[in-house]
Amino acid sequence: MKRHLLEAADLDRADATLVLDTAAQIESALAGREVKKLPTLRGRTVVNLFFEDSTRTRISFELAAKRLSADVINFSAKGSSVSKGESLKDTALTLEAMGADGIVVRHGSSGAPHRLATWVAGSVVNAGDGTHEHPTQALLDAYTIRQRLGRLEGVQVVITGDVLHSRVARSNVWLLHTLGAEVTLVAPPTLLPVGVGSWPVTVSYDLDAVLPGADVVMMLRVQAERMNASFFPSAREYSRRYGLDADRMARLGEDAIVMHPGPMNRGMVIAADVADSPRSTIVEQVGNGVSVRMAVLYLLLGGPA
Amino acid sequence: MTILITNVRPYGEDPVDVLVADGVIAAIGADLSSTAQTLDGAGLIALPGLVDLHTHLREPGREDTETVLTGSRAAALGGFTAVHAMANTDPVADTAGVVEQVWRLGQQAGLVDVVPVGAVTVGLGGTQLAELGAMADSAATVRVFSDDGKCVSDPALMRRALEYVKALDGVVAQHAEEPRLTVGAQMHEGDRSARLGLTGWPAVAEEAIIARDVLLAEHVGARLHVCHVSTAGSVELIRWAKSRGVQVTAEVTPHHLLLTDAQAEGYDATFKVNPPLRTAEDVAALRAGLADGTIDAVATDHAPHAGEDKECEWAAARPGMLGLEQALSVVVGTMVDTGLLTWREVADRMSVRPAEIGRLTHQGRPIAVGEPANLVLLDPTARAVVDPAALASKSRNSPYAGRELPGRVVHTLLRGELSVRDGKVQK
Ligand SMILES: [Zn+2]
Repeated sequence: MKRHLLEAADLDRADATLVLDTAAQIESALAGREVKKLPTLRGRTVVNLFFEDSTRTRISFELAAKRLSADVINFSAKGSSVSKGESLKDTALTLEAMGADGIVVRHGSSGAPHRLATWVAGSVVNAGDGTHEHPTQALLDAYTIRQRLGRLEGVQVVITGDVLHSRVARSNVWLLHTLGAEVTLVAPPTLLPVGVGSWPVTVSYDLDAVLPGADVVMMLRVQAERMNASFFPSAREYSRRYGLDADRMARLGEDAIVMHPGPMNRGMVIAADVADSPRSTIVEQVGNGVSVRMAVLYLLLGGPA
Repeated sequence: MTILITNVRPYGEDPVDVLVADGVIAAIGADLSSTAQTLDGAGLIALPGLVDLHTHLREPGREDTETVLTGSRAAALGGFTAVHAMANTDPVADTAGVVEQVWRLGQQAGLVDVVPVGAVTVGLGGTQLAELGAMADSAATVRVFSDDGKCVSDPALMRRALEYVKALDGVVAQHAEEPRLTVGAQMHEGDRSARLGLTGWPAVAEEAIIARDVLLAEHVGARLHVCHVSTAGSVELIRWAKSRGVQVTAEVTPHHLLLTDAQAEGYDATFKVNPPLRTAEDVAALRAGLADGTIDAVATDHAPHAGEDKECEWAAARPGMLGLEQALSVVVGTMVDTGLLTWREVADRMSVRPAEIGRLTHQGRPIAVGEPANLVLLDPTARAVVDPAALASKSRNSPYAGRELPGRVVHTLLRGELSVRDGKVQK
């Protein structure tokens, strides 16, 4: 493993597989235990540095670090004076002085974890940066697919939604490609980036056409406010063309699964009966998130102090 | 003051002696003798002093990042004898008072001619014409008007500005950027922006404005200058407009001649600039356009910024990079060493044409007897690694840090006085 986890794009197949295998080992080591805790990171300090609200992701990382016996400091920069761009470096130097071994950072600006990594000695884990990447989300998605389907090689993954503004989409595209899955992106052309042609994916504008061949359908969040900037005419039209309702779900193969890297917008991109169906992995994605993040922290910080 | 420069090669041609006296070139010939101080020009090339159409000197308003004096030092060290100071200061250079203030500061610094650019619109607000005539008639004799940093995007206002400055023998220098197409834009829109998750600044946002403006300039018979052309499509449009006889001129920056959007990898905001660094294909088209004269001039867009405005996440950083001290080296590396420009053509693109565009009668003159002694003497064989800490600019945001560049400015003369001697600024 490299010193930081900044993006899924720079994980090679061996490292990505190592994370998934380590997560599986951790999960089985803890299975059935009353105290779900390993002593691995005792004496290490992990800082959760969140410039954006994301209770789910922060709690997931916090639980992962605590289960590895690390000391955890939650540093919520949102709304305070440090939420201004100028002070990212000052914040980094403060954390450096505190002796943080690992810094888990969530930031609204693409590339902020990369900058942070140049200013600190500890390991930086990107917990989501702007519209760039969210690598641990992609790792837990890959882990979930492997768990459900038993493999990643050759798996047909359809990702649909606001690809343009989605860090989850970017991380999944690179990671799934690295792990041998075949990705199809489906969205209105307005929600695909110019330059998507250089990605290792197939692009389609027609969800109905690609559903029958899909093993996995991943529904990305779409903010209804995007229609104000004319990315699409209305939530209703979006839902009609790209939403996953029971009728569309019926077009899926028998074993196909439906994923949603929450927070969910029920109704617009995914109908309630779809989200709650047995195909949905939404609940297990949460538990897998902790295991995968434990694996990442263990692999980055678990060496000799 | 009299200086005898011995064995120097004007425009890279055969070595001669050049005698400078009372601010003009008094004699050129073999084995001139004089009692004056002598400057050994052996191995050096002499060009007319460089003229920059586009610098940001930050005074008044941001004297923590650059002043007219520190910017003048950087300019002299880069071989410039005249620089146009852009109007986006605080207060904005939109009145005779402000442009005269900048002009006087330049006179006091005394290292280069500081030529103020006047704002086109009041406060760069894009809605009401500034008093262009008052600035033209002031001591600063403004001829170039620009809202640079912002585009004059209202087509009706742009038309009026183009028409109005005809009476002043002026030119509108447009920062071509359709603002509705660049909301939140961070870097060139293409493969890299898609992957890096940075909002794209599409080439069409520049090209659409240039297309509109050359048609407006043709319609009203006015002069238009296009700032910092950055795309292959823009070069094509300007070539087409010139073939129709439109009075359009254009500039390209050193950084757009050398660097590409690949520099955004790693998110080092030193490389954030507006317009953004483009693709290798754009770089090739810009070099070809400069070589064939479609692009008239090299202009630095020297844009000093405080450390905290660059050492931060990309989206929070201010756009712009330093350029004065390395401009000539970049042109040597990208245009001369590649065989695209002769030394005479370098003089044309970096001195003669920009002086003509800015209507500077005593700059951009040939190296000939009786002409003003504005000269740069450079060593074309020297190579050096750029160290931002060693720059004369008050800011450190050089995109060339750690890069080895060819060519070194050894001496600069402004009206016969050494502003730079042996690579050292004299004031
Ligand atoms: Zn500009």
